[in-house]
Amino acid sequence: MFFHRGKLFRGGLLPAAYIEKGAGGSPALNNSGFEMSESSEQTIIFDNVSKFYGEILGVNRVSLAIPPGITSLVGPNGAGKSTLMNLMTGLLKPTRGKVTVLGISTDQPEELFRRVGYCSQFDSFPRGLTGREFIRSVLLLSGYSKGEADHWTTKALERVDLLSAADRKIGAYSKGMRQRVRLAQSIAHQPSVLILDEPLNGLDPMVRAETIALFKQLAADGLHLIISSHILHEVDMMSDRVVLLNNGYVVAEGAIHGVRDEMDVEHPMQILIRCDQPALLAARMFQSDHVVEARVHDDRQGLFVKTRNPDQFYLLLNDVVAQGQVNVESIAPVDDDLSAVYEYLIGSQ
Amino acid sequence: MSSLESTSSWSLWLRQIGAVMRLELKKNFFGKRSVLVYLLALMPVVLLTCLALVMPATSTFTNLSRIFAWIYGGLILRTVIFFGCAWIFMNLFRGDLVDRSLHYYFLSALRREVLVVGKYLSGLVTAIVLFVATTVASMMLLYFPHFSSESARFFLDGAGFSQLMAYIGITILACVGYGALFLVVGLFFRNPIIPALILYGWEAINFLLPPLLKKISVIHYLNSLMPVPAPDSTPFAVVAEPTPAWIAIPGLLIMTALVMIIASSRIRRMEINYGSD
Repeated sequence: MFFHRGKLFRGGLLPAAYIEKGAGGSPALNNSGFEMSESSEQTIIFDNVSKFYGEILGVNRVSLAIPPGITSLVGPNGAGKSTLMNLMTGLLKPTRGKVTVLGISTDQPEELFRRVGYCSQFDSFPRGLTGREFIRSVLLLSGYSKGEADHWTTKALERVDLLSAADRKIGAYSKGMRQRVRLAQSIAHQPSVLILDEPLNGLDPMVRAETIALFKQLAADGLHLIISSHILHEVDMMSDRVVLLNNGYVVAEGAIHGVRDEMDVEHPMQILIRCDQPALLAARMFQSDHVVEARVHDDRQGLFVKTRNPDQFYLLLNDVVAQGQVNVESIAPVDDDLSAVYEYLIGSQ
Repeated sequence: MSSLESTSSWSLWLRQIGAVMRLELKKNFFGKRSVLVYLLALMPVVLLTCLALVMPATSTFTNLSRIFAWIYGGLILRTVIFFGCAWIFMNLFRGDLVDRSLHYYFLSALRREVLVVGKYLSGLVTAIVLFVATTVASMMLLYFPHFSSESARFFLDGAGFSQLMAYIGITILACVGYGALFLVVGLFFRNPIIPALILYGWEAINFLLPPLLKKISVIHYLNSLMPVPAPDSTPFAVVAEPTPAWIAIPGLLIMTALVMIIASSRIRRMEINYGSD
């Protein structure tokens, strides 16, 4: 794994990037210092990639190595999520740097799209086609025989539950159906890498849940899933790791909890302890250096604690409970999720 | 085993070109944008039909060859085929950009050069079918209404059939040459109308250009292949020797090949950025 913990790029600026074999037989490192123990044939690599639209910055000096599993790109509008996805699929060419997907250059669509499916955000289709014709025609373009194209089209439509509407014109589809037919098109050729730009947009809650389950299943099958989304709790629910982007820069990357741990100094972790003696517990907590704040809950049945060292905090809490001074009902981190990380890193800027 | 793994590159490319052509031909013949091309293709046919119905025979049969040469050179070749090809070929890529659907081609496991060839061939089939039909129908409408028996002899036993074949050949070559040029124009320019008009102006003033400059055009080579020289009524026309067919035809084909190489190079570097289109 590349992401042993999360990695935070303070100030949003990355150091000069390199992805190469380390000297003296040491493991190769990417710019973030993550150990690169998997070969480039298994990863998606951004090597110091920048993209400018004229003088406007798309993304700048991005170096990433994305292993299999679900990776979410998170950031506000204009952060560079879609630019990264379009760079991964060769729809955009980097101004600087290089992108490879499973060892394939994005300049080789004939190779790349045997392994990659992309469900873009462009809500437009070739005119006059039905859902089935649309998926089938893209498979035929890729060189599948008519029989294979028919087979995989039906499978893909089944997978997104759109078989009943397959022979209707896409122009008559609802937004959610158009989203699903794009998803079906992107998975029809059984790709190893699936790139999904806001794939849950326009889906009703039931279909959202089914789609998330489908993503998890695909990830469990060993696929790379790169998903951009602005619905943080859904990202939190399904992602193995996140890449947080802001103004074209990667501001943090890694497992969500790992990224959160990196932020303990600037943003001590907040934990809510439901107990019968919050004031007594607060007094005990203040005896420790790592606790920077303790505040009794409004209902006086709990205590908010901010700590720079959650591990030490839990040990201390164990001692207190073991001594029988306080009865603890529950313990829950309040800001150990993506929403909090997002708020701290991006929301405050 | 998937058919992708078991086929050679050439047979895969041929299959992919076929797939591109099927999609594009459907758009070219039945899409909303095809209306203008049908109107252009019908223009000389409607005009000649009206003339046949309304006007009495004002010319002798022997003059009809020169009259058709004039109609073909002035109306069919310079206007119908030129603007028809401009519309068909510039829209092959530009139309997909406007419709925001080009990315589906770019997201297929398809060499972009193969896409260029598939789109070009689909445009070529469309243009040839429509404009050859226009050429044949126009010729028939000029000859047969007033001189049916002479015309039948002319086409069956005289020079009529070879002239018809020559005009069809010129029409096909015009579609090949102009098609390639307009395909590239559509790839390079966000608004291809202006370069198309500049090209039209250059082709239109060809008769005024000195012999050397005449050769930097498509119309010069097409005019060289005319079975009957078009009457030149312009006093300022610069007379130049027609280029022999054995140079004119390969020359046009070589130019087309070069233009297609430029198009292929352009398409490999092309980005999808609908916001700027």
